[in-house]
Amino acid sequence: MKNPNELHQNPNELHQNPNELHKNPNELHKNPNELHKNPNELHQLLSERFGEEHFEFHQDEKAEPWIVVSAGILKDVAKYLRDEPGLEFDTLMCLSGVHYHKEEQLGVTYHLDSTSMKHKLILKVLMPQEDARLPSVEQIWKAADWHEREAYDMFGIRFEGHPDHRRILCPDDWEGYPLRKDYQVQPYYQGMKVEY
Amino acid sequence: MGLLDKKFHDSNIIVVSLEKALNWARKSSLWYMQFGLACCAIEMMATAASRYDFDRFGVIPRSSPRQADVMIVAGTVTLKMAGRIKRLYHQMAEPRYVISMGSCSNCGGPYWEHGYHVLKGVDRVVPVDVYIPGCPPRPESLLQGFLHLRDKIMNEKLPVGLDASHPVVIEDHGDEDIRVRPASETEEHKKAQIAFPQQDVTRKKEGA
Repeated sequence: MKNPNELHQNPNELHQNPNELHKNPNELHKNPNELHKNPNELHQLLSERFGEEHFEFHQDEKAEPWIVVSAGILKDVAKYLRDEPGLEFDTLMCLSGVHYHKEEQLGVTYHLDSTSMKHKLILKVLMPQEDARLPSVEQIWKAADWHEREAYDMFGIRFEGHPDHRRILCPDDWEGYPLRKDYQVQPYYQGMKVEY
Repeated sequence: MGLLDKKFHDSNIIVVSLEKALNWARKSSLWYMQFGLACCAIEMMATAASRYDFDRFGVIPRSSPRQADVMIVAGTVTLKMAGRIKRLYHQMAEPRYVISMGSCSNCGGPYWEHGYHVLKGVDRVVPVDVYIPGCPPRPESLLQGFLHLRDKIMNEKLPVGLDASHPVVIEDHGDEDIRVRPASETEEHKKAQIAFPQQDVTRKKEGA
């Protein structure tokens, strides 16, 4: 019988060093055209185009940087971001409503992505709680259709120019906007008690 | 056996009370309405599939409320859905039964406190025969629920002292408050008399 140690090769000889097999991920996923822009550059571009007073650049260590846009020019900004060569934000990844209770403000956050340029951008729009209205971006990104309906359903933000401006989750005759921080549920819905 | 023992030449005849025969027929083919509301529906489907095999109890899904005997409320009943459930229940032909499957449809389940959109128990809109606890209940629990329903059906009694030539309306006011009233005294009957008088006369002539 052979010595068992001779039967099996040394595992270190069999397997390659993992560092040789896998390339550095940073090298693999390099941007092919090196054209992608960071939020700072995007803020610069937007300010040059629409005027500095419409944009506020924010950055902290917790979240990715975001730009606060004034509601009036939102639609023009959206169109510019989608159509301008070099920006090409072709995807609206998410549109979410937010209630800033202390400030008595409602907000909408747009997460944009460009599949061709491989860059991302976060836009925020703020508006007063009593008069929450905003131009719809449904004509620019189709994905906004149901997202805007949801933001309307949950926060009562009205999107002007939306083609099908109805509630999406709650029944049509529901009272109130459930995700507002000061929401009080109705005691009865169609004769059914809501509370336990 | 009794007096009738060995009095029939055909051995396929069984002598039994009508009540028992009807109950036996009802309990042996409980067709449930095929619809699910949430995760309990997955367990319901598992129970219907080959491993647990609902079919051995004569329990099969039926896609129409008109042809279903029992409704399994499998999942969270939202307030938006509650009205639809009530309508589906009323579309079922009597005798009809309701099984409330899982905590959500029993009492609201995890949504009992903060679920503004959830009905806190399906028994607020339709009468429930069997409650099955669990979140979701295992298929064995659902089968157990059906066995309880079968027992319940076997204990049903035919109405006593009713004359078939004079139809009555049974009014269910909830709980124990159930009244029997002649059908000719109901509002619907009186309205129908006004709305279709000619039709009524023709039917009477024909001996209806």
